[in-house]
Amino acid sequence: MKCSRIFCIRTPDFEDNRRRFYCLLALAFLVLGALFSLVGGAASLTLQDFSAVLLGERQTAAARILLYVRIPRTAAALAAGAALAAGGVILQILLDNMLAGPNIIGVNSGAGFATVLCCAIWPGQMALVPLAAFLGALGTVLLVVALAKRTGASRMTVVLAGVATGSLLGAGTDAIQTFVPDALVSGSTFRVGGLSSLQTASLWPACLLIGLALVGALLLRGELDILALGDDTARSLGLAASRYRILLLVLAACLAGAAVSFAGLLGFVGLIVPHIGRRLVGGEARFLLPFSCLFGAGMLAFCDTLGRVLFAPFEVPVGILLSFLGAPFFLWLLLGHKGGHGV
Amino acid sequence: MIELRNVTAGYDKKKVLHALSLQFEPGLVTVLAGPNGSGKSTLLRCAAGLLPVWQGQVLVAGRPVCEYEKDRRKLARQLAYLPQSRPVPNITVQRMVLHGRFPYLSYPRRYARDDYAACQQAMEACGIAQSAGEQVTALSGGQRQKVYLAMAMAQQTPAILLDEPTTYLDIRHQLEVLELCKTLARKGHTLVLVLHDLNLAMRYADRLFLLEQGTLAAGGTPAQIAESGILDRVFGVQTERLNKSDGKITYAFDLPLNMPRSKPDE
Repeated sequence: MKCSRIFCIRTPDFEDNRRRFYCLLALAFLVLGALFSLVGGAASLTLQDFSAVLLGERQTAAARILLYVRIPRTAAALAAGAALAAGGVILQILLDNMLAGPNIIGVNSGAGFATVLCCAIWPGQMALVPLAAFLGALGTVLLVVALAKRTGASRMTVVLAGVATGSLLGAGTDAIQTFVPDALVSGSTFRVGGLSSLQTASLWPACLLIGLALVGALLLRGELDILALGDDTARSLGLAASRYRILLLVLAACLAGAAVSFAGLLGFVGLIVPHIGRRLVGGEARFLLPFSCLFGAGMLAFCDTLGRVLFAPFEVPVGILLSFLGAPFFLWLLLGHKGGHGV
Repeated sequence: MIELRNVTAGYDKKKVLHALSLQFEPGLVTVLAGPNGSGKSTLLRCAAGLLPVWQGQVLVAGRPVCEYEKDRRKLARQLAYLPQSRPVPNITVQRMVLHGRFPYLSYPRRYARDDYAACQQAMEACGIAQSAGEQVTALSGGQRQKVYLAMAMAQQTPAILLDEPTTYLDIRHQLEVLELCKTLARKGHTLVLVLHDLNLAMRYADRLFLLEQGTLAAGGTPAQIAESGILDRVFGVQTERLNKSDGKITYAFDLPLNMPRSKPDE
């Protein structure tokens, strides 16, 4: 990438058009992923079934599968993918750290801990879960940032503080599950991240939270670009840096927390999607953020459906598939850009 | 343009500046020099309104800097500031320079023709217009520095404060950056630079302020300061005045005579 840019001078407008094109591609990927997710699965549905449902037929088996299984599941995959990818972009830019995926710096663990705790204490209150997960994620983000600041605020201390906090909270989650085995419907799916045990009572509030936070994040993408220049530069350009920093951290916690509340501890979406985005549309939030939302949503829908159809009628949790795809990519990234300074 | 009156400031509980008073004037390149830890960067951050002062007052364009706190963009239209640590975002040169227009944009943040014009002008002045479409990450350190300078110029402020603008640059780029500063000062801007390289400081400063442990050791033209012998005391060196063949004066610095040194090659 570096060498090609030095020798050919491209006009900025051309670059913008190329980036818009990639965003459109990501949108197409999302639509395809969503369709794949609606059609694919243990029971095969045909286009006739779709049209029947659209025309108002609600009583057939196919219609019920579509309405009560496939549509919530597709919505969940899209929402979780978009939320985790957007949360990753925000955290990576705010913490000036390429490794700051929500799962790496412990945000997901915080949300997971709060989710399990909430389910253990108030078993029936599913609508409370997204709120608890959000608070857990927010608490963790603030704790990690404060810890890193106290210990020197270098890029590495953020990751170290996050890893330590994450493993502490992970242990907390496991401890609760040991003492209250019924806290979660499916503990192992929750740990690796999966969409097989969706609860509509908690799904829709979480989706609403994600929708609002995504709109907020997209509205603030200009501010995010200024914050990427560092606090001093941002403030000297006239931005109330600390206020926007906190606001965006809250949004990132909202996104990660709401996603974890129904999708479990999904790993690499928040890390790899922003990196793929950086390669294709560059580091500017005004393109990176929309691209990552669209691509993350499409990718999760795609992987989730793959997990459903590969060994149907058995399901592979989407977290496993994502890690199989994500971990090698991450290693490649580490080898190519030591310490994450490049890209 | 910028005035510091009896400014005391620091970080946490550590006092760095002790009742400093000085002025930065338009049309001049003012250089802050001093040993490591003498408070140069702290002073610059106070002047830029980035660090609250404990006592005393900072005036920017006649108004106390704290009055700008409500709307920082007003301050950002008065002075541009280049910090010592500068992240290198993966964006194009043009987008980076356009960020300098941020203080002039209101919410939807759409750049107008004026903004593009200011950006183009700044890039041309810094000699990076031909790189407009390249990623900042793909540039050399010297080029990146010019991008940052162009961003500060695109801000079109009366005052420009630069913290160590020549670090990591080779000598050619150092000289280019300082020439650019001088040109800007001659156009009426207030230029304030923190410089580590005393040779360059002596050569490019119109006013030189010498800091020592958070206090002002001396202020004046480089010649006045060199003559006063205060450099020798503050830095613990020995200053020698050299006349160049073109009639200009330059200075050489060496360790004092009484210090142990390596033996000259035989």
